[in-house]
This record gives sequence, C-alpha cells and structure tokens, in this order.
Amino acid sequence: MALTIAAVILLAIMISFAVAIGEIAIPVSTTAKAVSNRIFGTSFELNRIHQGIVWDYRLSRALVAASAGASLALCGVVLQAMLRNPLAEPYVLGISAGASTGAVCVMILGLGYGALTLSGGAFIGAIVAFLLVGVLAAGAGRSSERIILCGVAGSQLFNALTSYIVTTSANAEQARGVLFWLLGSMSGVRWPDVYLSVPVAIAGYLACLFHARALDAFAFGTDAAAALGIAVRRVQVVLFGITALMTAAVVSMVGSIGFVGLVIPHAARFIVGPSHHRLLPATALGGAMFMVFADIVSRIIIPQQILPIGVVTALFGAPAFAIILFRARRSV
Amino acid sequence: MSIAVENVAYTAGKTIVVDGITLAVEQGKVLGLLGPNGSGKSSLLRLICRLRKVDSGIIRLAEQDIAAVPRASLARRVAFVEQQATTDTQLTVRDVVELGRTPHRGVLSPWGMDDDIAVNDALARVDMAHRADQFWHTLSGGERQRVHIARALAQTPSELLLDEPTNHLDIQHQLEILSLVTRLGVTSIIALHDLNLAAMFCDSLAVLQNGKVVAAGAPQDVLTEDLIARVFGVRAHIERSAVHGRYNIQYAMG
Repeated sequence: MALTIAAVILLAIMISFAVAIGEIAIPVSTTAKAVSNRIFGTSFELNRIHQGIVWDYRLSRALVAASAGASLALCGVVLQAMLRNPLAEPYVLGISAGASTGAVCVMILGLGYGALTLSGGAFIGAIVAFLLVGVLAAGAGRSSERIILCGVAGSQLFNALTSYIVTTSANAEQARGVLFWLLGSMSGVRWPDVYLSVPVAIAGYLACLFHARALDAFAFGTDAAAALGIAVRRVQVVLFGITALMTAAVVSMVGSIGFVGLVIPHAARFIVGPSHHRLLPATALGGAMFMVFADIVSRIIIPQQILPIGVVTALFGAPAFAIILFRARRSV
Repeated sequence: MSIAVENVAYTAGKTIVVDGITLAVEQGKVLGLLGPNGSGKSSLLRLICRLRKVDSGIIRLAEQDIAAVPRASLARRVAFVEQQATTDTQLTVRDVVELGRTPHRGVLSPWGMDDDIAVNDALARVDMAHRADQFWHTLSGGERQRVHIARALAQTPSELLLDEPTNHLDIQHQLEILSLVTRLGVTSIIALHDLNLAAMFCDSLAVLQNGKVVAAGAPQDVLTEDLIARVFGVRAHIERSAVHGRYNIQYAMG
C-alpha cells in the first residue's frame, strides 16, 4: 500500500516534470498555476503562450503517455499470465501490425474517403488483425504456443501488407510519416486523445483487477485453472478482448511502441512478486512512469529534435530487460 | 454413491478414448484405476472433473449430474492432481497451495482465517510446512507432487482425483502419499501404474483397456494372473503377502 502511494506520488511528480521540461523551459510553479487556472478557475497572471503550451500541448501529452504506458504494460502482464509465456506482449497477437496496416490504408491509399481518420483506420486494422489471429488460433487448437505462433504469422502478414503499400504507393514524404508513426509518436496528441486514453486505461485496469485471481490460477495452465473453478473460456475471451481493445486504442493514438508491454511486467514482478493483486497496480504505475520518462527523454536527448518514442523505449527497455534477466538468473 | 459414472463415452478427434465406461465409488472409499498407457485413465479423470465434456453418458457427484453444476461449485467439491503440471512463474510453495483456495473465494472477498487454516493444514499433511517459503522451481519432482497434493487438499474437496500421483516419487514418498490419501476419508480415484501399490492401498480397482472397463471390484477379485496376462501382456504370480496381508504380484520374465 505504501509502495502504491509512493508510486502514485512519483508518477505525479514525473508528469509535472514532463510538463515543465521541453524546448521552452517553463518553471514547475508556472505549470502548477496554469493547471490550477484551468481546473480550479483561479486567475494567476500568466504568459498566454506558457498557459497554452502547458495545458494544450504538454499536459495532454503527459497524460496520454502515462495512460498509454499503463495500458500497454497491463496488456503485457495479462498476456504473459494467460499464455504462460514470458515473451508475450501486446504485439504478439499481431494487433500493432494490423493497426499499422489500417493506418497506412487510410494515409496512403485514402481508404474511407476522408470519413475515416488515421486513428480510426488504425483501430479498425487492430481489431481485424486480432480477429484474424483469433480465428487462426481457434483452428489451430488454442494452446498457448499455437496462439503465439498464429500471432507471429498474423504480424508477418500485416507487416508485409504495410511494406507492400508503402513501397508501391507512397511518396517520400508519406513514407517518412509512416515510419515515424510505426516507431511511435506523441507529437499529434491533444486533449481528445486524453478523453479516450485515460478512460480506456482505467476501465482496462479495473477489468484486469477483477480477474486477478483467475490470472493467478493460470500459473499451471488452463486445465489447472479450470480445475480450480475458473471459467477458462469466458476469462480468455474477456481478457484477450480487453487487451485487444486497449492495444488498439493506444496504437491508434500514438503508433506502435515496443518494449513497454514486455519489460514493465517483468520489472514489476521482480519488485512485488507474482500475485496479480499486487502485480497489476505495480505494472500499471510502472508502465505509466516509464512512458512519461521515455517521452521526456525523446524530447530533450537531441536538441531541436524529437525522437520517436518507440526508439527511446527500446533503447532503455532492451538493456533494462537484459539486467532483469541476469539478476533473476542469479537469484535462482 | 459419491461418484457414479454411467455409460460414459468420449472421443478426441476420431479416436474413441473412453468407450462406454460405468463405475462407481462409495463415499470415503478409494478406487484405483489401472490399465496400460493410453487406456483412457487420464481422460476419464478429466471427464469426472469436467475438464473435458462427455460425448454421451452421465457423471454424477452425490447423485447430481456434473453437467448442471457451475464450474466454481464443482471446484469446491472436486480436486484434481494432474501429472507433471509445472510453471515458470516464481511461486513459492505456499503460493501454489494457496491457489487451492481459489474456488472458495469471491472476487472481492479478502483472504480469511479459513483459508489460512486450510493452507497450513494441507502443508502439514504432506510434510512441506517447513518449506513453505521455498521457490517451486527449486523443488524435486517428488516434492512438487506433494505440493500439488497439498494444493488439492487446500481445496477441502469431498472427491479427490489423482493422475499417477506417485510418478517421480521415491518409494518412501510413494508409500507416504498413498497412505495419506487413503487415510483422508475423502472419496478418491487414483490412476496408478504400480499394481502392487494399487492392491495395497485401494478399496476397489477398475482395470481399463482401450477405453473400456475390463474388470472391476475388490483387488483380490480383479487382480488375477489371467487378467494381468490379457491386459498388460506379462506373466505374473500372485500370492497374499505375509507382510501386509494384501495381494502381492511378482512378475515372471519372458
């Protein structure tokens, strides 16, 4: 409990830093005043540009980063438990590859005749990919290895489709836009994204927490879970569905961001142990903090330039993952 | 009858795995399930705890058709110990045994005194209480089996199904586990390979071959030299043991 409170406070501090740090340095006090002006209707005298940057750009961005990080990390922990595979993460089900294809269809092929936004295309692509992998897995026998193999097959198919569309139809500028989006980008994030991203993360978290005991029961496989009274099929449908929706929502807003769903659950397990009642909150908070941190780094590491956030998460995530693996090995 | 299986059939793909089996176990008695590999023992156990659905026939627990019982209430009654179930999760012995309380707890109900008592009692019964904090992956095969049995006991079942629980156990622990199970007073069905252990510990035996019951009844009636030759394809000599008074089977070479 103390750990949870500490983590929430730390997350709040990190979000305030995320709002304060950037090309235009804005003191934390100004940030606090700007936020207070909008939320509590106070009327501190502020530079209107500062007010705008804090509220319209950086705060919305930090909140989306936090909720997207929490969502992706939660998806990772749920998939790792249900598929009993330490390498499972949201992208293993082919969801992000499908989202990319969907976005590319809208961006380059102009599918949807302007009625469909890039995010909408990505969301539809993600759901289509998830359903396809689900049908494949149902046909192939539903064991966790089979599901992962179907996910890999689905990912390959959709990545190939994306590459095909980009190489045959895109001009140079479009290709650059696609690339940036494929690596994850927070630059287009505004308040409407917050209104989707935050509720999705919270609802997803509550749904996962509701199934915490079922997730524990999967430790020895689906038969063992069923023998412990878990309605395995229903739990699988619900939780796979939730992970698909959460991933689709995240990918449609900020592109595909790797490593959060893989690394954060392992780090959290290392700190709080395997029981999902503790692991789920730890993972959600850890994912949120990691993503906010990665977003700050992506904006300041190279002056005058913003790195794709997926590059930052991978650059920090891969070595962190290696350290976790080595330390876990030593403690055995 | 505590467990009654009536004319049950089950097909996996195109293979008939269980072919019209009928058997029954009285309250508190132990039934030994014998038969060569692939004779349908494991599948029958899985059907009784409804991990698989019967194609035809009825399975009743205390006169109630299990097809009509919700999964969680079934798990409060029946505990199942699989063969060699393992995990990569870093669980302690206590974590694993606590899983046995899953069907007894609501989604929001906190861990209670009952749960603690059941878990500690189960750990003590399999002699693993002093190792409750040890990690699962550091245990030997036999210790893992004992922890699985403790997990099943923590479910406080009225029916216990065990699929070859003495596999991987040294002889001391084989005897300990079987005498533990038979002293519980819980209706049990145990799939076994060792005919001598079956004769020693079970109240009754059922011998399966190709998904059918070929013999059932008291150990002395079931285990005949003729049956062992027919079902297992080995010559045997059977006599009453001077040590424990139960039947003892000696195998002849060639």
